[in-house]
Amino acid sequence: MDFVFDNNIPIYIQLLEYLKIYLISGTFKAGDKLPSVREFANIFKVNPNTMQKALGELEDMKLIYTERTNGKYVTEDEELIKKLKDDYAITLAKSYFQGMKRIGLGKAESIKYLKELGD
Amino acid sequence: MELLEIKDLTKSYDKKIALNNINIKIESGKIVGLLGQNGAGKTTLIKLINDLLTPDKGEILVNGKKVGIESKKIIAYLPEKTYLNKQMKVVEVLEYFKDFYDDFDLEKAKKLLLDLNLDINQKLSTMSKGMQEKVQLVLVMSRNADLYILDEPLGGVDPATRDYILDTILSNFKENASVIISTHLISDIERILDEIIFIKDGSVILQSDADSLRNKEHSSIDEIFRRMFKC
Repeated sequence: MDFVFDNNIPIYIQLLEYLKIYLISGTFKAGDKLPSVREFANIFKVNPNTMQKALGELEDMKLIYTERTNGKYVTEDEELIKKLKDDYAITLAKSYFQGMKRIGLGKAESIKYLKELGD
Repeated sequence: MELLEIKDLTKSYDKKIALNNINIKIESGKIVGLLGQNGAGKTTLIKLINDLLTPDKGEILVNGKKVGIESKKIIAYLPEKTYLNKQMKVVEVLEYFKDFYDDFDLEKAKKLLLDLNLDINQKLSTMSKGMQEKVQLVLVMSRNADLYILDEPLGGVDPATRDYILDTILSNFKENASVIISTHLISDIERILDEIIFIKDGSVILQSDADSLRNKEHSSIDEIFRRMFKC
């Protein structure tokens, strides 16, 4: 798979987004061992330092942790991942409503559109 | 200690000043873009680091020591123009490199050439320009160097090959080694850079971390470059 990066936005922030989605979607589950920085850098075809920075941010957010000499793991705290998912969903929903507002549609009407789309 | 330190470096050709009082520091483990327009002084700077030119003033330190025979052993240099004898077959060039450089990894070079679908029994003169550039890059990246210096490595190749070359650089530079890539094709290369150095009319006008610069200016390195270098 090829990952596309927008050169206008710091690369580590875009990597962070990809990684968050991996956690939310369960590509990597609670407690899973993660690829090494170098392996990740090869997958995304980015600079290992940039990869390290993105993983560092995830670690600061407690979503992953480093076990000395053993590598990096996804947190075992499933609540934390659920919260990440909720926050992400809320952000997406907000951006939908903002877009609808721009074309003059309120919340109730916007929800109607969603329902019409159905499954 | 810095891997590379350039202090008050000045170089002129006759009366024309090519580099004017340059100061640069590069640590280990970084990929650095040396970015500037044609004639800005990029190649002159690179030749000075490789001890192929003598500075008028200032000094260049690699691992704390002045450039010379010792620094050549740990710098892998891809020049802008080929210096290989085109009558040679790739396999002969490999032998030549193996004899010349203690840190040359012959097996790695063969593997990379195979990955790139290049025939080692082919003569360089019968290869396209793009193929020749790939061979040269493989030669350079197959050394276990501390510093790789690539002068315009993307010049003559198509965009698909550019991506391949960038990936080759990324996956083959040794841990803790640094790479300096000079180019004016910024948009193709900026995603792999840690740091950028803008050079204009022989002076360094900016040295910065790439992502911090994007964050600060809310735009790509390419766009920032275009703004700063507007004619």
